[in-house]
Amino acid sequence: MPPIVEITALRKAYASGFEALKGVDLSIEEGEILALLGPNGAGKTTLISTVCGITTATSGTVRVAGHDTVEDFRAARSMIGLVPQEINLEPFERVKNTVRFSRGLFGKSPNPALIEKILRQLSLWDKRDSQIRELSGGMKRRVLIAKALSHEPRVLFLDEPTAGVDVELRRDMWEIVADLKRDGVTIILTTHYIEEAEAIADRIGVIAAGEILLVEDKDKLMSRMGKKELEVQLSEPISDIPASLVSDALRLKADGTALIYTYDTKSERTGITQLLSDVAAAGLVLRDVVTRQSSLEDIFVDLVSEGEAP
Amino acid sequence: MNWTAVKSIYVFEMARFFRTIAQSFISPVLSTSLYFVVFGAAIGSRIQEVEGVTYAAFIVPGLIMLSVITQSISNASFGIYFPKFIGTIFELLSAPVNFLEIVMGYVGAAATKALFIGVIILATAFLFVDLQIQHPFAMVGFLVLTCISFSLMGFIIGIWAGNFEQLQLVPLLIVTPLVFLGGSFYSISMLPPVWQIISHFNPVVYLISGFRWSFFGAADVSIGVSLFAIAAFTALCLSVIWWIFKTGWRIRQ
Ligand SMILES: Nc1ncnc2c1ncn2[C@@H]1O[C@H](COP(=O)(O)OP(=O)(O)O)[C@@H](O)[C@H]1O
Ligand SMILES: [Mg+2]
Repeated sequence: MPPIVEITALRKAYASGFEALKGVDLSIEEGEILALLGPNGAGKTTLISTVCGITTATSGTVRVAGHDTVEDFRAARSMIGLVPQEINLEPFERVKNTVRFSRGLFGKSPNPALIEKILRQLSLWDKRDSQIRELSGGMKRRVLIAKALSHEPRVLFLDEPTAGVDVELRRDMWEIVADLKRDGVTIILTTHYIEEAEAIADRIGVIAAGEILLVEDKDKLMSRMGKKELEVQLSEPISDIPASLVSDALRLKADGTALIYTYDTKSERTGITQLLSDVAAAGLVLRDVVTRQSSLEDIFVDLVSEGEAP
Repeated sequence: MNWTAVKSIYVFEMARFFRTIAQSFISPVLSTSLYFVVFGAAIGSRIQEVEGVTYAAFIVPGLIMLSVITQSISNASFGIYFPKFIGTIFELLSAPVNFLEIVMGYVGAAATKALFIGVIILATAFLFVDLQIQHPFAMVGFLVLTCISFSLMGFIIGIWAGNFEQLQLVPLLIVTPLVFLGGSFYSISMLPPVWQIISHFNPVVYLISGFRWSFFGAADVSIGVSLFAIAAFTALCLSVIWWIFKTGWRIRQ
């Protein structure tokens, strides 16, 4: 199946001359949830804005279900829903009215039942006649989500949907995302909450300084890059690793109370048995043994710092 | 054409207008009544007749034009500046709509509001002066065309403006003088010859002249020229807007 969103050699230089996207290539499969991780200023919002038509690309192309987003913008855009990062809403408008407006703007005929369903799902139904300015920040974000869902998009962009929102909304969000995925909607979300990507994404893309550093299946990524650490806690602190144990994989904890052994989970032999018998042979007494799996966060920090290295 | 989108924008904008309908009407009705008292009754009683009609009646078309033009510009410029200012314009830019649909929605609503106000002022005028309209269809036609063309101009101003001061500046610095010097309160033929020539460069002269013709059957310039001038002005505004959306000037980064 051809990708639902296909971004090719996309560059964006702002009027200031600053190049926010430096040749992005990205294919997004229909029905998947892709999390775009990246530090502030990486170009996540710029990428989304360019796909959605809010900014114009300097060069490169974007296709949505085969429709060029410039040449054939009507077909492309009518498939896309966008929940922007900034809360942009008219303060004096009423909730239901603004959601209804979004649906009309996308050329869809009125569907009160659908609007009601969306508002209920987002716990906004009681607030349907409230003015936006009367709502809390989290509620306003829900309104933005309702507006984007009102026109039944096939591809949904969520730009930092859970930045600065309460736990409850984050849970609701994840539920909605799961529901949409069940309906076959493709979801691209940007975040710098790694747990979020870890919790809901199928694939993870890492972007930094306007370049995509990697896009990979989440589980594969974690097992490929996931290393485990074994911490061998000693009953007596030592000042140096005994000569018989010295290896690249082993280091001493700063306070000398433990040896830390790093190993690869996917290799045939982890070397743990050997290590433990060597430790005993060296006359060290074990107090406890702990293992740790490196998280997506560690992977991400590693990648981005590598990306920034000259 | 995405007619649903046009209608949505139009209805949304009109709803804003109806929410503040009392405010929208009070100010133009009040100021027009004051004009009638000052120019029509106080000064007008000392002026015999202009082009065969009483002075109070003579100023009615000009007063309507004055209000309709300022209302069209302020409605349309604010209508598009506001989403730009608060950021909701992202939705227009990411929606499957083209520039014509956006313009029809916003300019259509702004022009409708101005038309409402024009009609209200005409009704107010009937309270003060004895008035007969010789060419009612032409009158309505001129009114509608004026609302549309100046709403288009207002739309351009709204996109151009970078802040609220600029939004007020153009109407104040350009439009008000043009309208006042456009023969709202006098016939161009009353001016010294040099000023008569200068007046022919003022597009508003053609509008007011044509509009006054539809009331009294007499005009400063011929009706055909008036129609041509307003059509040319509308076409100019439309092409500027087409260019704005094509290049993304001041709206797309
Ligand atoms: N309108 C603009 N003009 C100039 N530079 C911009 C503009 N918008 C964003 N940038 C710059 O582009 C880079 C990427 O920004 P953005 O896409 O918002 O990043 P992210 O969403 O990943 O935090 C940043 O360095 C930002 O300062
Ligand atoms: Mg961002």
